Amino acid sequence: MRIPILKLHKYLLISVQVELDDQTALQFQEDLLNKIHQEGSIGVVIDLTSVEMIDSYIAKVLGDVVEMSNLMGAKVVLTGIQPAVAITLIDMGIMLNEVPTALDLEQGLEKLQQELEG
Amino acid sequence: MSIQSNVEVHTEWGIVSARQAGRNLAKDAGFGNVDQARIATAISELARNIYLYAEKGEIVIQYVEDTESPVSKRGIKIIAKDKGPGISNIRDVMEDGFTTSGGLGAGLPGVKRLMDEFDIHSTAGEGTEITAIKWLR
Ligand SMILES: Nc1ncnc2c1ncn2[C@@H]1O[C@H](COP(=O)(O)OP(=O)(O)OP(=O)(O)O)[C@@H](O)[C@H]1O
Ligand SMILES: [Mg+2]
Repeated sequence: MRIPILKLHKYLLISVQVELDDQTALQFQEDLLNKIHQEGSIGVVIDLTSVEMIDSYIAKVLGDVVEMSNLMGAKVVLTGIQPAVAITLIDMGIMLNEVPTALDLEQGLEKLQQELEG
Repeated sequence: MSIQSNVEVHTEWGIVSARQAGRNLAKDAGFGNVDQARIATAISELARNIYLYAEKGEIVIQYVEDTESPVSKRGIKIIAKDKGPGISNIRDVMEDGFTTSGGLGAGLPGVKRLMDEFDIHSTAGEGTEITAIKWLR
């Protein structure tokens, strides 16, 4: 299973619509970094509206991909984290520290623009 | 409505099946959205640990009823068992951040916080059995 990555000008948009099993998550990590490199993207929005569960492994993969993208020079914003997912992450003691977030895709894009311009 | 689900875990797919089975049972039992996510996440952690550290094992998810307490309670019980290497330092593995695999070390302490009851039995060289319960409120 591959997660589609859309290009919008200098940005990449991803809406995760599938159950995130380990393999899919790792494949996504690799695909995203390659795409950033290929397209010279400066910003990425990963929308998690449809994701119903994030466990410690998926959280690590997401946190890592944000850091790796930053290393490559692209800013990442996570959007649409469901209330139940936010609550479970905090219960688990998992802080996605320093990862910019926004309510939805639209606000995610705005945030990117602000961060990149400001 | 099934009363129990047994999922063999020896591949990554087992992890996905186990947490989906858990979410379905939790939903049928009447748990709300947030508790469904807590139960599914707890199962995912336990199943992944089996896969990573013991290679194979089993997750059993079942309804439980406590008729002994003053107010009878219903809930969901998760049993994760394997015949893997076992854990000799249980106190360490229950600490936030303790990992032998470069993970976040959030799994076991996380499961304990996500669920209402948590019990771990493990013998080095023989295997591990972890039981966790979430009660309906
Ligand atoms: N079923 C098991 N059999 C043997 N050892 C285990 C088992 N489950 C956990 N452990 C040991 O306990 C440690 C802590 O487990 P825990 O799930 O808390 O963190 P982790 O798996 O290392 O990282 P994370 O779950 O955050 O990805 C593991 O690193 C492993 O050494
Ligand atoms: Mg773990």
